[in-house]
Amino acid sequence: MFVINCPYCGERDQSEFNSGGEAHIIRPKQPTELSDDEWAEFLFMRKNIKGIQFERWNHTHGCRKWFNVVRDTTNDQIHAVYKMGEKPPKDY
Amino acid sequence: MSNYRINKTDFVDQTSRISFKFDGKTYFGYKGDTLASALLSNGIHLLGRSFKYHRPRGIMSCGSEEPNAICQINDETELSEPNVRATEIELYEGLEVSAQNCWPSVNFDIGGINNFISPFIPAGFYYKTFMWPKSFWKNIYEPLIRKSAGLGKSPTKPDPEIYDHKHVHCDVLVIGGGISGIMSAKLAAQKNLNTILVDDKNTLGGSTIIQENEDFKINNEISKDWLIKEIKELQKLDNLTIKTRTSIAAFHSYNYLLAKENLTDHLPKDKKNNSIRQRLWKIRAKKVVIAAGSIERPLVFNNNDRPGIFLANSINKYLNFYGVSCGLNNFIFTNNDSAYETAISLFEKGISVNMIDIRKKATSNIVKQAEKLGIKIYWNSTVTNTFGYRKINSIEIMKLSDDGSNVMGDKIKINCDCLGISGGWTPMVHMHTQSGGKLNFRENDQVFLPKDGYPNQISVGSCNGDFELDEIIKNTNRNIKIYLDIKNTDYDNLDISCSKEVEKRNIWLLPNYLPIGKTKSFVDFQNDSTAKDIKLALREGFRSIEHVKRYTTTGMATDQGKLSNMHALGIIAETAGVKMGTLGTTTFRPPFTPLTFGAIVGRNVGRFFDITRKTPMHEWHLDNNAEFENVGQWKRAWFYPKNNEDMHKAVQRESKAARESAGILDASTLGKIDIQGTDASEFLNRVYTNAWSKLAIGKCRYGLMLNEDGMVYDDGVTTRLGENHYLMTTTTGGAANVLSKLEDYLQTEWPELDVYMTSVTDHYATASVCGPNSKKILIKLFPDLKFDDENFPHMSFQKAYLDKIECRIMRISFTGEQSYEININSKYGKSLWEKCIDAGKEFDITPYGTETMHLLRAEKGFIIVGQDTDGTMTPVDLQMDWIVSKKKYDFIGKRSLYRSDTIRDDRKQLVGLLTDDPNEVLEEGAQIVADINKKPIDMLGHVTSSYYSPNLKKSIALAVVRSGKKMKGQKLIVPMENKNINVTVSDFIFLDKENSKLNA
Amino acid sequence: MKNKYSIFSLIKNAFSQHENWQQAWGDPNPKKEYDAVIVGGGGHGLATAYYLAKKHNMKNIAVLEKGWIGGGNTGRNTTIIRSNYLWDASAGLYDHALKIWENLSQELNYNVMFSQRGVMNLAHNLQDVRDLKRRTHANRLNGIDAIWLNTNEVKKFCPIINTSPNIRYPVLGGTLQKRAGTARHDAVAWGYARGANEMGVDIIQNCEVKGIKRNGNQVEGIDTVKGFIKTKKIGVVAAGHSSVIANMAGLKLPLESKPLQALVSEPVKPIIDTVVMSNAVHAYVSQSDKGELVIGAGTDAYVSYTQRGSHDVVEGTLKAILELYPIFSRMKMLRQWGGIVDICPDASPIISKTSIKGLYFNCGWGTGGFKATPGSGDLFAHTIANDEPHKLNAAFNINRFVSGDLVDEHGAAAVAH
Repeated sequence: MFVINCPYCGERDQSEFNSGGEAHIIRPKQPTELSDDEWAEFLFMRKNIKGIQFERWNHTHGCRKWFNVVRDTTNDQIHAVYKMGEKPPKDY
Repeated sequence: MSNYRINKTDFVDQTSRISFKFDGKTYFGYKGDTLASALLSNGIHLLGRSFKYHRPRGIMSCGSEEPNAICQINDETELSEPNVRATEIELYEGLEVSAQNCWPSVNFDIGGINNFISPFIPAGFYYKTFMWPKSFWKNIYEPLIRKSAGLGKSPTKPDPEIYDHKHVHCDVLVIGGGISGIMSAKLAAQKNLNTILVDDKNTLGGSTIIQENEDFKINNEISKDWLIKEIKELQKLDNLTIKTRTSIAAFHSYNYLLAKENLTDHLPKDKKNNSIRQRLWKIRAKKVVIAAGSIERPLVFNNNDRPGIFLANSINKYLNFYGVSCGLNNFIFTNNDSAYETAISLFEKGISVNMIDIRKKATSNIVKQAEKLGIKIYWNSTVTNTFGYRKINSIEIMKLSDDGSNVMGDKIKINCDCLGISGGWTPMVHMHTQSGGKLNFRENDQVFLPKDGYPNQISVGSCNGDFELDEIIKNTNRNIKIYLDIKNTDYDNLDISCSKEVEKRNIWLLPNYLPIGKTKSFVDFQNDSTAKDIKLALREGFRSIEHVKRYTTTGMATDQGKLSNMHALGIIAETAGVKMGTLGTTTFRPPFTPLTFGAIVGRNVGRFFDITRKTPMHEWHLDNNAEFENVGQWKRAWFYPKNNEDMHKAVQRESKAARESAGILDASTLGKIDIQGTDASEFLNRVYTNAWSKLAIGKCRYGLMLNEDGMVYDDGVTTRLGENHYLMTTTTGGAANVLSKLEDYLQTEWPELDVYMTSVTDHYATASVCGPNSKKILIKLFPDLKFDDENFPHMSFQKAYLDKIECRIMRISFTGEQSYEININSKYGKSLWEKCIDAGKEFDITPYGTETMHLLRAEKGFIIVGQDTDGTMTPVDLQMDWIVSKKKYDFIGKRSLYRSDTIRDDRKQLVGLLTDDPNEVLEEGAQIVADINKKPIDMLGHVTSSYYSPNLKKSIALAVVRSGKKMKGQKLIVPMENKNINVTVSDFIFLDKENSKLNA
Repeated sequence: MKNKYSIFSLIKNAFSQHENWQQAWGDPNPKKEYDAVIVGGGGHGLATAYYLAKKHNMKNIAVLEKGWIGGGNTGRNTTIIRSNYLWDASAGLYDHALKIWENLSQELNYNVMFSQRGVMNLAHNLQDVRDLKRRTHANRLNGIDAIWLNTNEVKKFCPIINTSPNIRYPVLGGTLQKRAGTARHDAVAWGYARGANEMGVDIIQNCEVKGIKRNGNQVEGIDTVKGFIKTKKIGVVAAGHSSVIANMAGLKLPLESKPLQALVSEPVKPIIDTVVMSNAVHAYVSQSDKGELVIGAGTDAYVSYTQRGSHDVVEGTLKAILELYPIFSRMKMLRQWGGIVDICPDASPIISKTSIKGLYFNCGWGTGGFKATPGSGDLFAHTIANDEPHKLNAAFNINRFVSGDLVDEHGAAAVAH
């Protein structure tokens, strides 16, 4: 059980949060113009990274805010957190 | 019977006698005893039978590593507990203990026959046989295996005791109250750090607390006396919490640790006073100091498992802590110096003792001390056999060859009643590795040690590989100073003297004159895996330690390999000719010692299993005989039986009333989300399939929400309360998920939208009054409000006051009847409800529950998301094309509706079904076919909702059927187990298709 | 078989103190080239190799395993086997597997201890009842033995369940599949390994895959820590690590890898003689032949390759266990562990060709792959050998995520354990 440093509330137990999966998958602005393949890519295909992953988390049992986390999926160490809309840190 | 209590100690109160029962016979011990020490004081050694061969087994150790002495306590009572280690249970008055895994008794056990057929049942034998004839596996072989396996018996009565959880944060957690843990805790607390010290025993002090040998001194005091003073100092420190009888169960990542505190297990039943039995501490520690100590290793030789064979240091503990002598004629078999402390201690108390040492000589002070006392030492020797069925009575000794690979010379057989064994020490690195720490291997004494450099934790003392008193103290002091950034300590200039081990010799599997196949050299005592089993596994190609472990079951018993893992590795390394350090270890899985389910669950049992959500009207429903249905965490009134009606009768009555006069439903559980902001309309446009911008203020609209994959997710009516203000309703079960999904889109995809959402489900109570007389009732309740269709049409909203309390009234209908949903601050919910009932009395207003609600809406063909849909239905499948906007360029799930498989017209589609026999009600979930004779049977769909409609006087059903849209009028079959039911596909709106009742 | 196992071989070997048993499988170095290479030495991968050799006469094949065979989810699951799935495609797939299970010990000459003690699924609310009845009807018509039990029948079949109407979520009934049960997980991997090895399959352990070489759109070979291996066909059966291998070939899969935990209690004498699963009160339990209660916990809802989940999940599971079996409160957890499960959006697996010629994936088994092991291996072998799916795995192609023809086992089949 890790600890997540919510950018709005500070360090809280993981059990207060929910993961929203891989980050920076932007919903297409014009879905109707995509092919079935392109739409499936957005909808289902995931990098599912073993290593440093950029992902979304929600402070469900707290401020209810969504934000981004840089986490190593091989050991659950969290390297950075940043708010929605902010640029991801470049060091990873 | 002899009395083996020969010594008075500080830890056992010999004035306070306690009686207990073992296998039905009464014995006595004293306050401070463990069950093991009390039994030993009575000369009882045989405590149970081993897992596979049912060999007689006795007490071997004095702690959590005990593999053999495990028993059932308080059998047949509600406090029954299997597999309790006799070495850990503190004696109390009235304790009842029975031996396990034996029948008819521990002294004479039929299962002991397994010992004689053991040549035929080597490791993994069950993979190779029991396959013929095939049917025997199920009926004969497996039942036999199952019956003979298992150790103790599961309790059969519910547990009356209470368990508790406590969450704590601390600066430093020190695991282990031995000398290094005590030092660490003192230093941390003196540095003003909020510190917790835990130890699994009932007293602090570890092994040093019985260290009376004059060779071990600190500042010229016997080490025991020095430590007692330190413990006294410790108790004066303010910011130190000491928790004894508390063991760390798991060390998870981010320094999250679980510790189990035993609160009443040591008390007799009449002293427990219904207080908490065990408390699970959930600890987040900034820093962790692991001072978990080490465990003595056994030696692996032929028949090393008999009752009366002890770990050498345990003999010392029984003697000097409990005052009990394990035997009167002792032999101690060792490969290291530590066992000499035990020998000297026995000798000094006048008990006969001899040493057998596999080393050729030893020159340390402690060995010299033993020699000076005249203790006989058999150098360069090994035990090759032991004798005595229920208890050891003699041993056989031989000389070792120069390289230790063989025995030579004469066999010497000598009588004894107790054999101590010591194969060195294994640092307890469990906690370190559980937290993710890695290990190094130290060749010199063949131990795995924690790698250092982890900022969140440090290991000190013997669990870090320091075995000599001076090293323990100096290194603990130095490392803690660095770790906690301390300049000077009380321990900086201690004068320490101790005997130092010089000569080392280790042989993982001691040689024998017999071929290995004819020996039983136990590695895992409880599971009966032997050195030859490990060699067999290697021979058969199992190379990884994990394979060997699984094939031989080594390390998988209730002691989790605390005594066996190192020997298994050692034997593999020796056999395969590889370096032990390269083999790695098996994974140390939590918990460290078995952890009670009750403690893990804490108070979350019974009525605290899950929260129960009740509406403000709940009491009224109870008072009016309602039956309830669980919907998510909500309790919803299901139906209100009158005069012993069954559900069917009640529902028929309720639904007729709702259609013919007036009914009232508690709709408070529906999810309610308050949506505000200048972009609220645009937001709704994007989340619902239909268009929202043009909805006038004060109007309501039904909306359907999809998942991004195009499947129906939720539905409900949303009301425009103001220009930038909406109230959305959701399904009861979907409320939380809908809000969190909408927040997700709002915050992450469309942050530019000015929208704010709040859940107001619990803020409002909702009474839904429906039926031809509903309007009359509303007029009575709200005399100032105009209810004519022009001022208050269907699908609109009005604000009104009930005794000055603001209400929101929505004229919306889920039943097809004219219907009003009155929302009020939930504090007034019950009052609103009672006023409705009161006002409706003259119309015989009938409360109805969810079952009737389901029937009424089915008559109208309204779907219930989750019942008529299952995550695979699009709005088009539901024949709800009308609600899917063709104009909107996008909404959640839109793109998915146009994939090659979602646009197919042979998908399952919502239809109505009428049974040929109007009295036959279909079973919900029943499958539908066209041709019952075609194999394999082609299932077209299934019945989703089905009722007998008293209003239509026939059975009706909703179903999803492949290509159902085109099948109206077609005959289909619903095949049941005992009959086939003929049905006809119909329209799914059964009643009032013209919606005339809405405005009647 | 050169080294047939039986009671007679045990007796015979006893007289030579078991010194003459042969290796169950060898420990070869990889050859330069194989006709097919299977990546992943779990049950599914070993079964695939076994059936390739046995039914498709492909003997020059290798199974590459990063660690030790059977060390992933094969050796970490709760060993439940059943086939009472909702959709026709799933029922076909899992019942194909179940039929193989019924003769597997004899076929492999290795006792996998398949124990048909029945699997019961409990219903705790009215929607559960509808869903489970729907599934039971579908099963019956698909020829799968599944029956509905009312609460009293549930109690009769498993007397230790708390069926009191006064608990928070009372048992309203359940389904029972009597042919379902459990098997000894390690034995499945070992039995297939031995059988495959006997037919000439190379089982290469400690052989991590580092890359996949392509020539245009055709697979050419595979880079490993033990060197390059030439092959035209690669079957990937890497469970939680499927995406990692896919990335080497430049593919993305519709998978997320999540921690799934399980635990066992200390061993006790027989107390529960069936497998009981509950979705609403999330817990499932059986008792191993050794006497341990084997309890499955849920997944953590985030991607992780750590093989460890959060304590909350374990606590939640045991909470449910004590709700249904209050007598277990004083039992003790002996061991707890985690695995990495690869989960598809529709909770159904992928057994499929890919857009790259010669590259095949068998993945997405989520929390319930063990039960399918023999069927999965058989159908995947068919797919690799013929470059075409068998009709029983046709629905489990990767393209369904594009076309929308999902096999959604979330809804009525509940958790796909």
